[in-house]
Amino acid sequence: MTGTILSIEGLTVDLPKGGDRSHAVENLSVTVGAGEIVCIVGESGSGKSITSFATMALLPRALNVSSGRIVFEGQDILKLSEADHARLRGNRMAMIFQEPMTALNPCYTVGDQIEEVFLSHTDMPKAERKARTLALLTEVRMPDPPRIYASYPHQLSGGQRQRIVIAMALALDPSLLIADEPTTALDVTTQAQILSMFRELRRTRGAGIMLVTHDFDVVAEVADKVVVMQRGVVVEQGTADEVLNRPKHPYTRQLIDAVPRRARDDARETASRPEVLRVEELTKTYRIPASFGRAAREVAALRPASFSLREGETLGIVGESGSGKSTLVRALLRLIDPTSGRVMIDGKDIAAAPKSSLRTLRRDIQIVFQDPYGSLNPRRTIGDQLVEGPVNFGVPRAQAMERARDLVRIVRLGEEVLQRYPNQFSGGQRQRLCIARALMVEPKILVADEAVSALDVSVQKEVLRLLAEIRDRMGLSMLFITHDLRVAAQICDDVIVMSKGEIVERGAIGRVFADPQHPYTRELLAAMPGQGWKVPDLSALPPAVA
Amino acid sequence: MAALVALTVSIISFALIYMAGDPAVALAGENATPDVVAQIRAQYGYDRPLPVQYLDWLAHALRGDFGTSPYFRLPVSELIADRLEVTMILGVLGISFALLVGVPMGVLAAMRPNSLIDRAALFIAVVGQAIPSFWFGLILIVLFAVNLGWLPASGADSWKGFVLPTIVLGYYATPAIMRLTRAGMIEVLGSDYIRTARAKGVKPRKILFKHALRNAVIPVVSLAAVQMGFMLGGSIVTESVFALHGAGYLAWQSISRNDLPTMQALILIFSLFYIFFTFLADVLNAWLDPRLRK
Repeated sequence: MTGTILSIEGLTVDLPKGGDRSHAVENLSVTVGAGEIVCIVGESGSGKSITSFATMALLPRALNVSSGRIVFEGQDILKLSEADHARLRGNRMAMIFQEPMTALNPCYTVGDQIEEVFLSHTDMPKAERKARTLALLTEVRMPDPPRIYASYPHQLSGGQRQRIVIAMALALDPSLLIADEPTTALDVTTQAQILSMFRELRRTRGAGIMLVTHDFDVVAEVADKVVVMQRGVVVEQGTADEVLNRPKHPYTRQLIDAVPRRARDDARETASRPEVLRVEELTKTYRIPASFGRAAREVAALRPASFSLREGETLGIVGESGSGKSTLVRALLRLIDPTSGRVMIDGKDIAAAPKSSLRTLRRDIQIVFQDPYGSLNPRRTIGDQLVEGPVNFGVPRAQAMERARDLVRIVRLGEEVLQRYPNQFSGGQRQRLCIARALMVEPKILVADEAVSALDVSVQKEVLRLLAEIRDRMGLSMLFITHDLRVAAQICDDVIVMSKGEIVERGAIGRVFADPQHPYTRELLAAMPGQGWKVPDLSALPPAVA
Repeated sequence: MAALVALTVSIISFALIYMAGDPAVALAGENATPDVVAQIRAQYGYDRPLPVQYLDWLAHALRGDFGTSPYFRLPVSELIADRLEVTMILGVLGISFALLVGVPMGVLAAMRPNSLIDRAALFIAVVGQAIPSFWFGLILIVLFAVNLGWLPASGADSWKGFVLPTIVLGYYATPAIMRLTRAGMIEVLGSDYIRTARAKGVKPRKILFKHALRNAVIPVVSLAAVQMGFMLGGSIVTESVFALHGAGYLAWQSISRNDLPTMQALILIFSLFYIFFTFLADVLNAWLDPRLRK
């Protein structure tokens, strides 16, 4: 380590009046040294992103720094003018954002947008700018740099776009790199590549990296130092070894306790139970009609898929984006019409049923979606939304209300929530309400489509526990769709691994983890972050110190 | 696509003759005997089957021959060619005025929402939308032509004659362009890629003009095309107020005199302009936004 690059001292950022707290960040002190990766960890609303934006002088206008210093290479960022900030940004300090899909301007080519960094900070001639840009594209391992150079953002995938943003950040060898949840929106194999790129950067360029994340496995993968934040305050900081293996603060312990373990210890026997759902050779093919000299094509979104689900069983469907897992679920529920195949529930074929009878068939199979914010109607009370399902199926309202009261208790909320509106609940609470709503019509099968992906880890853990409890109590069967193997490991009995529209592997979760058969499954498992870290047994540690 | 729309429009403008009643009766005038009507019907070919009449009319129209105006006793094409120039100049000036005023005002308003500039721009927009064109035109004439004597009140003899009509016509289109620019800029300035550009250290002015404006102006282009079409056909009021003898004024005359061939030709030409400008807007937008290119 050759010295401190960034030193934040007693930083306090005020929130506009009327919020649930007065400071977004309070009295925060952190240092980042050369060649050091410092991870700032916390759940949503902890102030970790605000810290990174304050360092870049990119805070939204509504937020004001009320005290503290941010010393970068010897000068206080907070005392500089906007023009001085522009000189530093992209040059000495650079930032990578969470959402690669929207981080690039749709109107300009990727090459143009990378070159703009050189254009803004140097007087390099055009030819040299282009040569440097092509070299950067090679460095971030983009295939065919000249083609990518002339491409527009919408022609690239999310992972590729994130690499473009990284290329921009690296263009002028900044001494500080700030990455705000850089891999959260990406698939696990892409995440692994980008994390290894960070490690390489630390080694080859000696830059200090401040990485903001909510994922302890990512921390374990790359961090030298860890800062844990809760509600705008640093509750614990130390070396990665200290914080990961011997956490002191109760909140840190709670977060680490919520980290999904990689394997299940309690294998359940389900093979002898009766089948509730059988899917036979289900396929979905999209036809793209001919246009402007291009011949018509057929795209197989789902190749013949067959599996069955037994009573009380939880079957995980795991795959990365574009693997066909969403298509499978939608075809199964007839939200889209499958091209061929059968979906048997109770001896009836959903795939062939006439549209008019779908409503009654769907009663047996209910779904909980990914986004807890978008899937409740903001203008109707929770009670109204819960009873709607059963009332549609002819249950008297009073009786449905009685069941709603039971269910909100089961999902551990009070009866009074039935009179409230969705905006009065947090993401985790909303997801519990969505689960209650799905259970209102007493389905046999519950489909959870990335149902915990949008939640913070501690909330995620609670919702998973709740789902398992409800499943066992009501004898439900569950289809659990996720991109996250670690989450699947916590709740599933069996797992199906999908890749490119095809089921490549199926087996008991323990077996798939311990002895993966298909190369893709092996790749997926190898890409999981934090494998070198064995989550500590918290009960064996000395008592927590707040 | 555009060609198909143009063909449909030509059929509709042809059919207009029959929507207004029997054209032969209309031409013959009141108190005409059935013999005279029959003679006119034969003379103008109204006794032939409709598809034949349409194809005949279309074939002539494609060669620029729209027949003779019964009121002006002149070939329609000559009549229109004379007037179209004035209307075209006025339309181009009007839309340029609207864009040159509306877009910068929208950008300024978006840079500081709810500031004094934003409020002032909103005020101008509301006033522009509320004042009828003829009234605004008269005020300008009283002020600049009668009282100050700087500009002529009417006529198209020199460039001076176009100043006031341009302001009247352009001002009417300004508010919508300004509001759309403002809304687009506010949305774009809050987007992730603007944040990326700032994080790269791009200078604020370049962020505004290179990164933000290009994205924000895309819907404005489509709107301007619609308004341009509207100005060409709908400058009747402005042309009347300033006694500019343009195509709008001619349209008004031909409607009031029941001059069918002129009406037909004008409707067809206005519609074709409209289609042309919409097409031009699509081309321009595809150039601005690569996602719209196939």
